Amino acid sequence: MTARKLSYADAIREGHAQLLRNDERVFVMGQGVWSPWYAGTSLRALDQEFGRERVIDSPVAENATTGAAVGAALAGMRPIVFHPRMDFMLLAVDPIVNQAANWSYMFEGRIGVPIVVRTVINRGGEQAAQHSQAMHSWFMHVPGLKVVMPATPHDAKGLLIAAVEDGNPVLYVDDRWLYADEGPVPVEMYRVPIAAAAVRRAGRDVTIVAASYMAREAVRAGDELADRDVDAEVIDLRSIKPWDRTLVLESVEKTGRLVIADSGWTTAGLAAEIAATVAGEQFRSLKAPIARVCLPDVPAPMSRVLENVYYPSSADIVAAALDALKQ
Amino acid sequence: MALIRRCEERIADLCDSGEVRCPCHLCIGQEAIAAGVCSAITDDDYAWGGHRSHGHYLAKGGSPRALIAEILGRATGCAGGRGGSMHLIAREVGLLGTVPLVAATIPLAVGAALAAKLRRDPRVSVAFFGDGATEEGHFHESLNLAALLRLPVVFVCENNLYASHLELAQRHPADNLDQAGVPHGVPGHRVDGNDVLAVYRAAVAAVQRARRGEGPTLLECRTFRWRGHVGTALDLDVGVRRRDELPTWLARDPIGRARDHLAACGIAANELDRLHAEIEAEIDDAVAFGRRSPYPTPDSLFDHVYHDEKKSE
Repeated sequence: MTARKLSYADAIREGHAQLLRNDERVFVMGQGVWSPWYAGTSLRALDQEFGRERVIDSPVAENATTGAAVGAALAGMRPIVFHPRMDFMLLAVDPIVNQAANWSYMFEGRIGVPIVVRTVINRGGEQAAQHSQAMHSWFMHVPGLKVVMPATPHDAKGLLIAAVEDGNPVLYVDDRWLYADEGPVPVEMYRVPIAAAAVRRAGRDVTIVAASYMAREAVRAGDELADRDVDAEVIDLRSIKPWDRTLVLESVEKTGRLVIADSGWTTAGLAAEIAATVAGEQFRSLKAPIARVCLPDVPAPMSRVLENVYYPSSADIVAAALDALKQ
Repeated sequence: MALIRRCEERIADLCDSGEVRCPCHLCIGQEAIAAGVCSAITDDDYAWGGHRSHGHYLAKGGSPRALIAEILGRATGCAGGRGGSMHLIAREVGLLGTVPLVAATIPLAVGAALAAKLRRDPRVSVAFFGDGATEEGHFHESLNLAALLRLPVVFVCENNLYASHLELAQRHPADNLDQAGVPHGVPGHRVDGNDVLAVYRAAVAAVQRARRGEGPTLLECRTFRWRGHVGTALDLDVGVRRRDELPTWLARDPIGRARDHLAACGIAANELDRLHAEIEAEIDDAVAFGRRSPYPTPDSLFDHVYHDEKKSE
């Protein structure tokens, strides 16, 4: 496939454009989709290219907009409903959890809900508690949902296409802190398989598992650890529900040490789930306690002084890995 | 209407005998709304319901056998014994799901109408819901969204004057549900929900308007449920008012009124008796079918958490 460099945000846009061009069942609906800046460049001018009937900027009504996308999916369409901040998407938990996630099961698979709920983690910049939250772990809890979190431009496009084609409700979580990152993106339509993690760096000493923005930080941590002669294996989960247990368990079997980095809170989060699984199934391989690098159980603060201590980075992952290696 | 009435009465018997264990919300007394509205649409049109939707399912053309089997928790039920009374589906006739989260299917109905509009097909989408649902925020969001996009939706509020145990005046300072859509540009009409012809005429007008691309309509159909909120009791203990109201509403029986009307039109009584006998036979058959059907196998617990499109087509 022919690849060239694109930013993460532009890769998302290209995924949308190719889906809209290739499948007349696809449409996009949500707040800010006609705005030149609301979603960064990730939806730029799609309304001009595909018309405002299929690219719908919605009223401030998260619940009805998401519910309508569920209904359209049940009626045979492939909607992408857009929530530019995850905080606001919580007003649509009923159609996502009670309706979309349960529909296949409670009607014995007679009908599916092929909907993509796209939402954005958008934090930092002193935006404080209600403009910063990363609640992706909540949705891992729910049977029937899939949750994907791309970390690279390549995966941002390929996972969007896979999500729309999946036939199940998929929560697609992207991260504004990644929008400017550039990387190779094939020109053609392609799919990144859901539930398949990627080894970003192979290593023998310690396994670092992360998703989305923290996967980028984990790659940086891997480089920093290499400078200290530590050979880290970095796994980018890409999908957190279902997640690639096999790859993670095999890696820990090899390294015996595990650090999990996540942009959500510590308690009952993505990292807790992975830690419990590894402790339950790979206990005898572990040479050190499993470490979690997550947000403290604190709402997002405002002042930059507090933000700086609140959000973890590659340095925290490095510290956790070195600590594990001391054991 | 008679099929719905007798089916509900038989289900009530099965509840009382303990054969049916899942919660059932019976629509006895409200049959004219489901029958009148569904007579105004085709199998291609979409309909959506809530917790009290046996009537919507049957009026839309769902199979009585699959209904009874579902309520009995059998593998041959319309949802394979995974849904029960509150989760009914008859995809082949456009009923894409009824669910008990109050007002939940109202935005779904809007979305199915959006699908029809985007495909430029002539389908309309009907949302059935109770008066309690009008207190939910997404009801109002849905009215606004449907009006804004001029979608072919008919919002059918079955106002039976009670949400569970609480009467309308204890939940709404004004008795004006027919006007709920007006701020959003959705015209509303109050209809005698126990007069099947009045419901039918109002539904035809709303469906025609939707098919012409003129947008949604709200119908407030006034009615009364004879039984309690859930189960077979009459719920006369929830307030003096309900005890006083019930006899008045029994006298407005939608089936009795339809029968009188048909008699006035010259339909012979023995013709109606013959229809009733056919209905009894169909329900007997449905109950027998449900009783002899197998339960789901325990190893099917894990099936259909994720949807397999190849298997459902």
